[in-house]
Amino acid sequence: MSQDRSYAAVMARRAEIMRKAVGIDYEKFIIEGIAFDYEKMMEEVGYSIEEVRKIQAETCVGNTPLVELKNINRLIKKIAPKGKGARIFLKDEATNPSGSFKDRRAAVSVYHAQKLGYKGVIAATSGNYGAAVASQAAKRGLKCIIVQECYDSQWRGQPEILEKGRACEAYGAEVIQLTVGPELFYYTLVLLEETGYFNASLYSPYAIAGIETLGYEIAEQMKELTGRFPDAVVVTHAGGGLLTGTARGLKKAGATQTKVIGASVDLRGLHMASDTDFNRKYFTTGHTGFGIPFAVFPDRSDVPKNAARPLRYMDRYVLVTQGEVFYVTEMLAQLEGLQRGPAGNTSLTAAIALALEMDEDQTIVVNETEYTGAGKLPSAQLTFAKKMGMIVKRADPIKEDVPGKVIAIPEHPSQIGVIEYPVEEMKKSYLKELIKRENRSEFTETEMKFLEEDLRATRAEIIKWIEEVKKSL
Amino acid sequence: MLANLAKKGDWVQVQVTILHPYERAPQVPEDTKKVPLEMRVKGFLQDEVAEIGATVTIKTMTGRLVTGKLVAVNPKYEHDFGEPVPELITIGLELREILESSDGDDK
Repeated sequence: MSQDRSYAAVMARRAEIMRKAVGIDYEKFIIEGIAFDYEKMMEEVGYSIEEVRKIQAETCVGNTPLVELKNINRLIKKIAPKGKGARIFLKDEATNPSGSFKDRRAAVSVYHAQKLGYKGVIAATSGNYGAAVASQAAKRGLKCIIVQECYDSQWRGQPEILEKGRACEAYGAEVIQLTVGPELFYYTLVLLEETGYFNASLYSPYAIAGIETLGYEIAEQMKELTGRFPDAVVVTHAGGGLLTGTARGLKKAGATQTKVIGASVDLRGLHMASDTDFNRKYFTTGHTGFGIPFAVFPDRSDVPKNAARPLRYMDRYVLVTQGEVFYVTEMLAQLEGLQRGPAGNTSLTAAIALALEMDEDQTIVVNETEYTGAGKLPSAQLTFAKKMGMIVKRADPIKEDVPGKVIAIPEHPSQIGVIEYPVEEMKKSYLKELIKRENRSEFTETEMKFLEEDLRATRAEIIKWIEEVKKSL
Repeated sequence: MLANLAKKGDWVQVQVTILHPYERAPQVPEDTKKVPLEMRVKGFLQDEVAEIGATVTIKTMTGRLVTGKLVAVNPKYEHDFGEPVPELITIGLELREILESSDGDDK
């Protein structure tokens, strides 16, 4: 290959490489300036629920069990105030072929790649999505490359990511392991250009359409089990795809009143691209390092227009601590006999705190679990944390947790709580970043209409926030 | 076969410097900017014989040829289940005790 492979040159060819690798002409959905037709993109490029169900059934994806966590619910009733203590149900997504909900995303992406005639697929992911793409590619006979951010500059590997790399190799994929840095995206472009493979982005309309079945199944299964739709669905929030897809599926099934609550692990203060901070976090996904940036600027992703747009659907956003999630992971294993997570248990942790404040006749669905094992288990992560100099202790997590320094594991289930992160704050940050990027604070009528949809806000709110943001710039 | 010697067809791992510190992306934080972006990938050795540290070519699982520094022969998965963690071991017992106590049952 004679082309210039320097960082600047490859990034300059980004749009061209992406167009060849995703097979979507995003230009046609742009209406004017920042405004684009999101629903048209989802309709024209995505697949209907019926089509997705058929595609997923071909590779045993979806139709996962939904179970009531009866022992945890009894425990909640014991510590909840009188009349409180909503019932929690868990969607056991770990029973998908590669062990997480990511199979839903990968199933549609890889199906689509095969249909378009690509010889292989590439995904840039340090998470469960890699194993999901590798598994689906194996089933459909496509080659597969997974690009991971895996090591710090001392070649200390994050145990969870090493495990995910092993899983990808087990499915026959080539695994590219990189040291810390956002140039993972650059190198993915280099590989896409070199191989001509399909970019199985987490953020394409196909990937998001794949998750809609999850929300749809939750609505159906809850109706069957309890006679009505759930009052709330709690979603572990990172890049925004799980929340977006689940919410869209719930709505398509008619569950329009169900509250969609995002939950992330609090890792605020740690820089995601920092070589030193990299191994100070013991969750590699489901945390604020992805959750906040991707909500406030979805198009930072590896596709021109991100189909995951969580602020359109998120009713509430709460944070939990690493120590709480490890505690709840133990709880799930020892009270319910389900060894899962831990990152996938972020939403379960939040659900326990929320159940304590909700009425006893209400229901909450936790929309995922993930497989666990070497590298992923709380014991693996905490052993690594101690080696990295973290303080691990039993203490009130909300008061004593310090991301990157102290992991406080609750002494009692009543210490499980959440930190509220107002969704309105993220909407303001969205506007602030937009104004900085665009270098203007005036938007056309069409752009304002788009902002109303993208932020699920009224015109008056948006105008008020823009004024506030302008003062802070 | 010595662990630091590989022959053609062996499953090995190579390391390649992708970006030197001065080539890194402008948005990278200071600590990361001081170090190169490096990559490791596994595949089948194409050279007849090579020692750890030598520059070699491998064929990866997708059939790509990659040239880099040989860093491991038959590389082992080194992540594990961790050590028993005292802060976790008693959680199950504590929760079971709360569940089986009669406190709060009348609510």
